[in-house]
This record gives sequence, structure tokens and C-alpha cells, in this order.
Amino acid sequence: MKGLISLGAWLFDWLEAIGRAGIFLFQSIFRLPVRFGEAVNLLVRQLYSVGVLSLVIIIVSGTFIGMVLSLQGYSILAKFGSEDSVGQLLALSLLRELGPVVTALLFAGRAGSSLTAEIGLMKATEQLSSYEMMGVDPLRRVIAPRFIAGVVCLPLLSMVFSAAGIIGGLLVSVGWLGVSDGSFWSLMQQSVYFDTDIVNGLIKALVFAVAITWIAVYQGYECVPTSEGIGKATTRTVVLGSLAVLALDFVLTAAMFGDF
Amino acid sequence: MIYDDVSLTIPRGKITAVMGPSGTGKTTLLRLIAAQLSPDSGNIMVDGQDVHTLSRSALYKVREKIGMLFQSGALFSDMTVFENVAFPLEEHTQLSAVEIKKIVLEKLHSVGLRGAAYLRPSELSGGMARRVALARAIALDPELVMFDEPFAGQDPISKGVLVELIRKLNDATGITSVLVSHDVEESLSIADHVCILAGGFVIAEGSPDEIRASDNAQVKQFLHGEPDGPVPFHYPEDLGSDQGVSQ
Repeated sequence: MKGLISLGAWLFDWLEAIGRAGIFLFQSIFRLPVRFGEAVNLLVRQLYSVGVLSLVIIIVSGTFIGMVLSLQGYSILAKFGSEDSVGQLLALSLLRELGPVVTALLFAGRAGSSLTAEIGLMKATEQLSSYEMMGVDPLRRVIAPRFIAGVVCLPLLSMVFSAAGIIGGLLVSVGWLGVSDGSFWSLMQQSVYFDTDIVNGLIKALVFAVAITWIAVYQGYECVPTSEGIGKATTRTVVLGSLAVLALDFVLTAAMFGDF
Repeated sequence: MIYDDVSLTIPRGKITAVMGPSGTGKTTLLRLIAAQLSPDSGNIMVDGQDVHTLSRSALYKVREKIGMLFQSGALFSDMTVFENVAFPLEEHTQLSAVEIKKIVLEKLHSVGLRGAAYLRPSELSGGMARRVALARAIALDPELVMFDEPFAGQDPISKGVLVELIRKLNDATGITSVLVSHDVEESLSIADHVCILAGGFVIAEGSPDEIRASDNAQVKQFLHGEPDGPVPFHYPEDLGSDQGVSQ
């Protein structure tokens, strides 16, 4: 009986947290500060720290994953004598799957954790209360620019990741393994479609972006404002963010590519 | 429950000190006044308005007339000292950049930190950060300023400076000040009206002299810092248990 009661209590807490997070998302979405110049300034600063500063890790990982992918792909395709289609394999797997997913996982670790920690520390040092006391809504001033920046950056980063992966794969397969340059590109062009492959990949990245950034800013805003609380919130951002990405990826893939 | 049936009046234009042991909810009281928290029952009137029945935008309007000095200073770490003090002016007034600059430098001058205008909060000492926060709290010339533990963790010189600043601010502008503190000497020296809270009740209220002359045992213990008395030295424990010592 006791177990049942605590299960019920846990379920209620959980539902309440989801409800709070939903209201929080609704209140902070697209509500930048009123003054235009200030809103642009805050947004640009966040685009820089969330997006531009993530470029290095995204480009480096993209390149390596493209290189590994074409090595593995080449060794299997060569058995069937179809090593020329390594470009096709590379482009499809990057655009449809690896680009959005791996970028989102890296983004959760690199940008999501720093968003949570930054907002949590602002809460711990009473900066958020301070905004409220000055009659400035912290959701507008602190949360909205970070949320929008995350949602804008992740799809762009996933495109950069895929491009870097294709270039990495090109270096290995054409430059090293001797696949012909012409068939690498032409088979890729023949088999990649803008609306099914590129757009679907972008939609995935956009959904992941909303999920991760939402989790990150919410965890920061609701954390217990102590050093232990911020640490836990940061961990939760990375764990929940990554799990959400993988689960959503399955659902989206089934919906996009599931009808055979 | 933190407060039970507490009634408290803060006179306009005076310095009211709210004192009490740690954990009696003094900061909670300030947050109730600013409507960052809502009471389960009862109401809180600020300048004739019940702040807990106001809409969000009306509440934010009221808050423009309230300045608050947080315990940690709560300076925005991504702005310079100058930008911190200018922030409320930029948010709530239509003043030109030149006028804002004039006001900011004047406020910083009044706390003695005009020369520190372009430092970052991380480069300030604790006492300086609190003075900058004070300058920011008074930037909009509020009618009410609330000080949350302004003296906690300050060295004697910084304490003296803050006492002087709070007193001067009140004398010069007639601002209503509420001071939450457990620093007995500093608080009694500047307050016009003192209120001591303990265990969710107001146990004493009056002028500093009346408080000093109080014969309430709990008030005496608090003022003289006696380790044992109505507030026990030992945290209550289950007396029937020896916590496994006899094994």
C-alpha cells in the first residue's frame, strides 16, 4: 500500500513538473525584451556563445565521423564491387541520421550543460530575483534569448556537421582509397533528394533543438540554487537531453521513413 | 509554516529594522512585501495597494518604486558596474544616454565608487559590490528600499560605510527603508523603528531605546548574544534514545 501511495505521489510530482515546464516554455517562447536594440544585442550574444563556440567540436567530430564511415562503408561495399557508391552511403546516413542525432548529442553536452549551469548560477546569486525586483521579467531577458538561440543554432550546426562529414569521407575514399571523384559525387547527387533527405534531417534537428534547449533552460531555472543543485541540474540536462534525442529520433524516423 | 498571524507596520519615511535569529524568515518577509512569494492567508499593503491581488504588469509597476539590496549584491555578472546601475534606468525611463550617464555617475559618486564605474563585478570586493548594488537599488529614486542583511560578512570598515550610507540616504531623500539584519549594534544605531521576530511571531516592537530596555527574556538573549536561554543551545532530539552509544 505504501509503495502504491509513493508511486502515485511520484506520478503526480512528475505530471506537475511536466505541466510547469510546459507553461514555462509557453511563457518564454518568442518573448524577447521589449526594446528592439537590446533584444538584438542579447540574441546575438547568445547565438555566438551557443552556436559559434560550438563550431569547433561540431566540425572536428563531423570530419572524423565522415572519415570512419567511408572507411567502414568502403570495406563492405568493396566486397560487392560497388565501392563507387560510398558517396551515396555517406550522404544519406549523414543527412538523415548521424548529422541531426550526433550534433544534438554533442550540443546537449557542449551548449545544454553550459546553459543550465549559467542560469542556475544566476539563480544562486539572486540575479534572477534581482531582475524580477526591478520589474524586468527574467523569462524575457534571460530565458527567451537563450531558447531562441538554441533552436536557431542546432539545425544549422547539423548541416555544418553533415558537410564536414562529407568532406572527411571524400578525403578518405577519393584521396586515399582511390574511389573515382566523378562517381562519388554523381551517385550522391542521384540518390539524395532535397525534400525527403535534407528537409527531413532539418526537421529532426529542429525537434531535437526544441527538446534540448527547453530541458536545459528549464533545469537551470528550476534548479536548487546551491552548488550541489546546479551540479545535479547540469547532469540532468545532459542525461535527459540525450535520452530525449534518441527516443524522438526513433519516433521521427518511423514517421518519416517507416512506410515501405 | 513560517509566520503565524503576524501583523507589522512599516512607517513611511523612516528606517525600520527587522531583526531576529537566522531562519526566522526575515528574507521571506521582504519577498512577501515585494510579492515574489504569496501568503497563504492575509494581505500585504504597499502604499495603499494589496500587492498580491495585482496583475503581473501592475505589480511590475509597483516594483519600479521599490529598490532592493540583496544579500549577495546580485550584480549582473555579464555587465560592468556602470551598466548595472544604468540597467533600471534604461528599462524604465525614456532618458537619453547622456542623462542616464549623468545619473549613474552621480549615484556611483554617492556610494564613493565613481572611479570603479568600468570595472566588472568579479573585480570588486564584497563591500564594494554591495555599495554598487545600493547605487543600483536607488537608481530610479524609489520610495521604498529593502536591505537584506546588508552587514552580513562585511569587515568593520565596510559595515561603517554602509551604516553611514543607509542613514544618509534616508535623511537626504526621506526614503522608507526596511532593513533585515541580525547585526544588533549596527541595526539599533540607525533604525527609527525596530521589530524583533522569533518563532513566527513579533516578540518586540518599538524604538531602539524601548527595545534595549525590554525585559522579555527572548529579546534579551538575542540582543546580548547569550548562547543558552529561551532559544536552547541544543537542537531538540529524542531523549528516549541514546543513539546507540550504550552498545
